[in-house]
Amino acid sequence: MQLSNDVFIIGTGESKYGELWERSLREISVEAGLKAIESSGVRTKDLDAIYMGNSLSGMISGQENIGALMSDYAGIADEDVPTLRIEASTASGAAAVYEAYLSIKSGEYDLVMVGGVEKMTELYGNEMIDISSSILDREWEAFFGGTPAAMAALSARKYMKDYGVGKDVLAAISVNDHKNASMNPIAHFSNIITMDQAMNSTPVAEPLNLMDCAPQSDGASSIILASEKFMKQEKKEGVKIAGSGISQEYFALHSRDSLYSMKSTVNASRKALQKANVTLDDISFAEIHDSFSIYGVMALEDIGFAGRGKAKDLVFSEIGLKGKIPINPSGGLKAKGFPYGASGVGQFVEGYLQLMGKAGKRQVENAEYGLLHSVAGTGSTSIVHILGGE
Amino acid sequence: MGELSRMWRETDHRYRMVGEKCGNCGKLYFPPRDICPVCHRDSIDKMQDIEMSGKGEVISFTIVHDVPPAFTRQRPYILAMIKLDDGPTMTGQIVDTQPSDIEIGTRVRSVFRKISEDGHSGVIHYGYKFVRDV
Repeated sequence: MQLSNDVFIIGTGESKYGELWERSLREISVEAGLKAIESSGVRTKDLDAIYMGNSLSGMISGQENIGALMSDYAGIADEDVPTLRIEASTASGAAAVYEAYLSIKSGEYDLVMVGGVEKMTELYGNEMIDISSSILDREWEAFFGGTPAAMAALSARKYMKDYGVGKDVLAAISVNDHKNASMNPIAHFSNIITMDQAMNSTPVAEPLNLMDCAPQSDGASSIILASEKFMKQEKKEGVKIAGSGISQEYFALHSRDSLYSMKSTVNASRKALQKANVTLDDISFAEIHDSFSIYGVMALEDIGFAGRGKAKDLVFSEIGLKGKIPINPSGGLKAKGFPYGASGVGQFVEGYLQLMGKAGKRQVENAEYGLLHSVAGTGSTSIVHILGGE
Repeated sequence: MGELSRMWRETDHRYRMVGEKCGNCGKLYFPPRDICPVCHRDSIDKMQDIEMSGKGEVISFTIVHDVPPAFTRQRPYILAMIKLDDGPTMTGQIVDTQPSDIEIGTRVRSVFRKISEDGHSGVIHYGYKFVRDV
């Protein structure tokens, strides 16, 4: 029997996303992992490897080496399962999936777990603003007062000026996220918000305000990946990872050609679509990296769902669950929540649920292909995956 | 923010805005880098120190309200993207003005200022900020 080396998601699990004061980094990580194991019907000790996505545990919790920590607390310290942590700032989760995917593609492994975890509410007040600024260029952005929100705000103001669009275009991304999250039981926020609320919340870094910014969430997500050989032998069902693309660009925002186009997203999307042999017309829904509302708008244009400056033609009518291109059915980073290292893996959980028809009230009808988009920092790395197909 | 040596080694660049000029293609860079991303290996050992004029214009700006601990006393502050006349684009604060006097295209020049401090008794960090060039 001739087998391809295709890679499938065969199970997923997540902790609640939100402010989980009573729960630790290791507890939520193990919870998500064990749920994924249960959902896929495999045994933890049969895993060939585990890849953990995490961004800031060292700075937030004073804990590094969390690959080994998580496999130990998953109860498999004695089972000889190699576990590594993968770091790519806010794209750590997607990067961990990417590495796990390659490990199966290469033929080395058949059954791999990917976990993503972040515990972001351990610190209070503005300490977290300094720590989260480590996703930027510390010496040439953060040193001078740059924060993630401030850098996104620079993109937002320039975008709005150059294309003559109002802030309502940005706000529409957040409104859509909250609407979808209200149907996702694990989401950080379950409330819907109005355009008026989104437009008039507390300023964070003008022109962005609180409702333009994804929250600091605790959360963990996990998926189980399997080779086609394993699928056939064990008679498993799953969702195929049809294509994968990763790309880099200048590290600091000031080094780039454009403040409102991420070249890394343009290139990663193109590569992922090519590898999956599909076009954007085939995509039924997308999970995009809207850590700030402007990044959602930019993603729509960089991926190609909208022309340059034309996201305004989509965001008010076409990104809902029944729209032309449903965006962030999970609730996205803004409302499902934004635990840095977990959110990229969380997108795969949503993709799996949607394509298996298990997404409940937020199910996108006739979903065939999903596009997942994760970004590190202000766009230095983008990772795009296409799920679905035979 | 912390470590003394990490801050001290950047003083030429932060105090006098010393960047680099690629000896191969002539392009200017700030902040400094050891390899020209246009010329790659042809630029190795050919990057020369060069002081920026510090004059330029505002490409974009924001008024930052949610600030890190080291910037508490400056809250809110204006952070801007500045395109220097020399070529490079850089990130820095605009001071001594009201936000309402700044727009995209405003001319600015660099000044030497205190950037932040590590608490009440910690190290004070200096570097460039920008003022309106009128």
